[in-house]
Amino acid sequence: MNPASISAHESSHGSMRSHLIGYGLSVVLTLASFGAVMGRVLPPGYGLAIIVLLCLAQLLVQLVFFLHLGPRKGQRGNTAVFACTVFLIAIVVSGSLWVMHNANLNMMPMQSVPMTAGPKG
Amino acid sequence: MTTTLKLRADAAPDIHAPGHVSDAHAHDGAHDHDVQSRTTLGFWLYLMSDCLIFAVLFATFGVLVNNTAGGPNGRELFDLRFVLGETMLLLTSSLTFGAAMTKLQDGRGNPNQVIRWMVLTFALGAAFVGMEIFEFRELIHEGAGPGRSAYLSAFFMLVGTHGLHVSAGLLWIIVMVNQIQVFGLDAVVRRRLACLSLFWHFLDLVWICVFSIVYLRTFL
Repeated sequence: MNPASISAHESSHGSMRSHLIGYGLSVVLTLASFGAVMGRVLPPGYGLAIIVLLCLAQLLVQLVFFLHLGPRKGQRGNTAVFACTVFLIAIVVSGSLWVMHNANLNMMPMQSVPMTAGPKG
Repeated sequence: MTTTLKLRADAAPDIHAPGHVSDAHAHDGAHDHDVQSRTTLGFWLYLMSDCLIFAVLFATFGVLVNNTAGGPNGRELFDLRFVLGETMLLLTSSLTFGAAMTKLQDGRGNPNQVIRWMVLTFALGAAFVGMEIFEFRELIHEGAGPGRSAYLSAFFMLVGTHGLHVSAGLLWIIVMVNQIQVFGLDAVVRRRLACLSLFWHFLDLVWICVFSIVYLRTFL
């Protein structure tokens, strides 16, 4: 294998060191989020925000260290496609939650009617 | 035209012939890498469409999370220490797969070392799937199966789809170990391993969202 293709492989698969850094960071972030919830140390009202933040941080760590996304040439294509997907996901998820939340609010009187025909949902 | 020729050359029946790697690099060094990066981009597009499937399942779960129909909710059903164990298994399997991929690029690459790391990855992944099956069985045993409430339907659908993906990954690992044994680490096997690597790491990403949104959120 010639030197050029070796360096190309390194940029696409990363080194053992970068995998270990990614693993270390992921373990720390995982333990942080589990520890915060199991130890009940989260301030009330901010719990969900902190968990989501830790989740996003770990997603970012793994995208960079395991999936090798980044601004470098050869990574740009994947990164751009990923950015588009994130945009679509944001629309689908936030749109669904928003619409269904409003639907639930406006259907409130229906829920107080006793449902006799089988389990609801 | 060039593209067609390259694709045809790539699909030729003797792609696995011994010496293919050295030939390809001697005559057309850029060729392999070109095909490799195009295949990776194509596979990445598939992964992104898979990502959308999971996004829809997460949205469904988010919408139905309070519809327990008088049945048990997550707080009564889940054990966070169990989920932490599953998480560590999957996370470590991501590292061992990464180790296999680094063995691949070490000079010529030693097939046995790559296989060893992949077997370890398989063991960790299988343990994860085993724990998930155990959890599902317990839930169904407690009367909290997917038919109990909309919340549980969404839970089983989301977590089960992820588990099916991991199982498919395990099957793929078996196939790739076999291909390494038969063909050695030639260009085609390397390319397929690169795709499997993306797939495996991607499943870990989905699991991060699962344990944060499905499990941890219920205990806030």
